[in-house]
Amino acid sequence: MNRPAELRDHQRELYYFRWRLGVAAVGVVLLFTLLVGRFFFLQVVQHEYFRTLAENNRITIVPIVPNRGLILDRNGVVLAHNYSAYTLEITSSKVKDLEATINDLSRLVDIQPRDRKRFRKLLEESRNFESLPIRARLNDVEVARFTANRYRFPGVEIKARLFRHYPKGELASHAIGHIGRINDADLEMLEDSDDMANYRGTDHIGKLGVEQSYEKQLHGITGFEQVETDAGGHALRTLSRRAPVSGDNLTLALDSRLQEIAEKAFGQYRGAMVALDPANGEVLAFVSKPGFDPNLFIDGIDPTSWDALNNSIDKPLNNRALRGQYPPGSTFKPFMALAGLELGKRTPSYTISDPGYFMLAGNSHHYRDWKQGGHGSVDLKKSIIVSCDTYYYGLANDLGPDNIFNFIGQFGFGKKTGIDIEGETTGLLPSREWKTKRYKQKWYAGDTVSVGIGQGYNLATPLQLAFAVSILANKGVVVRPHLVRSIQDSATSQLRAVQARPDAALDLKPENLELVKEAMIGVTQPGGTAASVGANAPYLIAAKTGTAQVVAIKQNEKYVASRIAERHRDHALFIAYAPADKPRIAMAILVENGGHGGSTAGPIARQVMDYYLLGKVPPVPVAEGPDAVEEEHD
Amino acid sequence: MINRLWMRLTAHIDSLLLGFILLLLLIGLVVLYSATDQDLGKTTSQMANMAVALAFMWGIANVPPQHIARLALPMYAVGLLLLVGVALFGDVSHGARRWLHVGVTRIQPSEIMKLAVPLMLAWYLDKREKTLNLKDYGVAVVLLAAPVGLIMKQPDLGTSLLISASGFYVLFLAGLGWRIILGLAGIFAASAPILWSLLHDYQRQRILTLLDPSQDPLGAGYHIIQSSIALGSGGVFGKGWFNGTQAHLDFLPERTTDFVFAVFSEEFGMAGNLILLVLYLLVIGRGLVIAAKAPTLFSRLLAGSITLTFFTYAFVNMGMVSGILPVVGVPLPLISYGGTSMVTLLLGFGMLMSIQTHRKLVQS
Repeated sequence: MNRPAELRDHQRELYYFRWRLGVAAVGVVLLFTLLVGRFFFLQVVQHEYFRTLAENNRITIVPIVPNRGLILDRNGVVLAHNYSAYTLEITSSKVKDLEATINDLSRLVDIQPRDRKRFRKLLEESRNFESLPIRARLNDVEVARFTANRYRFPGVEIKARLFRHYPKGELASHAIGHIGRINDADLEMLEDSDDMANYRGTDHIGKLGVEQSYEKQLHGITGFEQVETDAGGHALRTLSRRAPVSGDNLTLALDSRLQEIAEKAFGQYRGAMVALDPANGEVLAFVSKPGFDPNLFIDGIDPTSWDALNNSIDKPLNNRALRGQYPPGSTFKPFMALAGLELGKRTPSYTISDPGYFMLAGNSHHYRDWKQGGHGSVDLKKSIIVSCDTYYYGLANDLGPDNIFNFIGQFGFGKKTGIDIEGETTGLLPSREWKTKRYKQKWYAGDTVSVGIGQGYNLATPLQLAFAVSILANKGVVVRPHLVRSIQDSATSQLRAVQARPDAALDLKPENLELVKEAMIGVTQPGGTAASVGANAPYLIAAKTGTAQVVAIKQNEKYVASRIAERHRDHALFIAYAPADKPRIAMAILVENGGHGGSTAGPIARQVMDYYLLGKVPPVPVAEGPDAVEEEHD
Repeated sequence: MINRLWMRLTAHIDSLLLGFILLLLLIGLVVLYSATDQDLGKTTSQMANMAVALAFMWGIANVPPQHIARLALPMYAVGLLLLVGVALFGDVSHGARRWLHVGVTRIQPSEIMKLAVPLMLAWYLDKREKTLNLKDYGVAVVLLAAPVGLIMKQPDLGTSLLISASGFYVLFLAGLGWRIILGLAGIFAASAPILWSLLHDYQRQRILTLLDPSQDPLGAGYHIIQSSIALGSGGVFGKGWFNGTQAHLDFLPERTTDFVFAVFSEEFGMAGNLILLVLYLLVIGRGLVIAAKAPTLFSRLLAGSITLTFFTYAFVNMGMVSGILPVVGVPLPLISYGGTSMVTLLLGFGMLMSIQTHRKLVQS
């Protein structure tokens, strides 16, 4: 071992080591420079971008759902309100085993099979990230029990929510309608209307009736809170808040007591009634029997209840007053009579001799009057009082289809009335043009004859009939019917009356109106087809009975109600207004399979008028049921 | 008298290195206080960790390097045995088997290896100094591969990579030929697909996530996205102490340990980052100087490896938090909360100080 060599070796080794160390040091500096570059990129170049992300991370906008407006009747009786209660809700996307979770929950909270079924249905219809109620209206014990076990149920939570409730149940359900959970179709509609932002946080929307058509007013304006949240989504503090604005309260023109009396008066019958204030078009009663309990629909109806309602042959979900289309029958006659007078085809004194049938020139077909052997000598007034068919066969033939279409059309037949709920049907007032289009056939003289007594192609809804008779009562002034009387602005508490301005005033001669009125008063007087309706009334009732055929009766066959299956019996119709001189109420009533208008529909009208005009409450319902049909016919 | 005692106590302390370390520890406490939402308890317990670790540092600094060298073989052997023990009887925590029960406490043997491996390799290469040939490097690679393989199996990818690095630094500084280094790199690259197939799903996911964090924003990409937001929103001067929304609203995961840098960076911005980098550079620089001046091959290799491993810790952690490296469980040295890694780190620095302060004695 010589020392210099070792030293040299040692030196070279050290030199070599330091060189390697230098390489490493350069590496260190380079890599740290890389980090600096990365910091520069994140913290300088992209700073704004990340700042925004951090803000979005931390701030969540939480919508505050406004209270839905109340619905009241004209006297302030509550028809729809909200109450606060707890629901148990599941966000299915956060739950691993839904079935097991529900089973576990059912040990803490009462969950019926119908709740499960309802929940399944909601699940199918919903967007999968929203929380859906498995149970509504938890009681305090259930709330406490769940809260204590909450940690076991991720994705399940209790929510305090406002619930819609319809305290009167079935009463006026077809007019009030109901709300229901927002579905895809509603969402599309909201997106189209640019209202989406206002529905953040809202689960329900009006689906039917006033709840639907006044959705905008009832919903209110959603408030919001800017909340600072942590990564778990827990709200820590509120940064800013805009209070929600409650929905407006609606006062309906409907008188719930009147409505109740009318609905009771129908007894077991199916049918519809619309009562209007002729002067301003306010809907005083709006009946479609049978009704349904709107409370069932709010959080999704369970399949059993749904099947029961949907498959019932009574069709309780069908809004007969708004959508039911029936031949107007003899209730068409006052309008025909007025047409004859106004268009100069008849004078008050013009008299026919009724043999009990009508024949068109050159045709042997007998258009029969309802009364075999006829009514003898009949002028215009008597034609209404006894409801002479023969008179109107001839009148219709003289007027011709165009005159009938144009004149009667002024009373709203064949058109929507424009009432403030959706889904109205138009009925049908036939014309040559319509027949060509619909059947590719020309119009026959026989068509005109049938139309003259409200049969044939004629169809009208009970609402249209009520509207038409109210125009008659209002001496030709047309006022659109409406259910809502006033809207109370929730912010200012100011009432805004809904006043339908007269849409038109028909050009009618007072003496002609007077004559038709007198004839209609005669209907409820001794000798009229509804004499019993006017019996002992301290006010005059102008009315007209009607019958709508359900099954066609062959020539030479007599209609005998008792021989015909109940569902094939004729529908009874009744239109009226009272007091005849200064009308305050006008109405149309339809009783399905009720037979003769005067005997089943008439008493309902009388009870309604007695209550509305005199405040008289009927002791017991008059019409007991379908078996009480008399063998009478107009 | 007191003066002499002081002299005696500080004789083997490198004051420059200690100064930089203390500054880093101070920053660590400042960040921790904020990251724990001003939890004095946790901050105090970290101070206790520091005190213990500093005591260990002082202790080892007073041990001459040649005595430290004697520790190499036993420490390595015990570490390896414990690692085998872990593989056979270890506790599973967070899906990985890393802990071993020893009496009342449980230890993480991979932590021992962080020092044992560079010690062992430096000692072995120093022993073979005169006749250093390819075979010795081969033995050294085997000595390195055994613990690394066991740790990778746990699985603990982060630690195994860091230990590989510390071993590699020893070999590199010992003069492993460039051709062999390139060859090893080539083998590593060629075997990447095989390694990939050996990786656990979550490890693969972390690497994939690094390439595109947005792919899985609520899963594996969450950490990277949230920490990038923390850094980026911090800007140049930061949001201020206690004002980091990402940190305090719980968006940052592991914010006292592996992701503490995100908290720091959000609150002190790029300016803070640069200060931190400078401090790290100063520690590393001092370490490299000590290594360059070290008298024996053992002490040179050990000092160089400890220093460069320290750099690797810092770089990997900051790289991971700022989204240029995959998420591997590596704490930010001297800043992250935790006692074990603090002790290991300061033991390392103690060895550096021992090498520096016993230099003259060896030379003389």
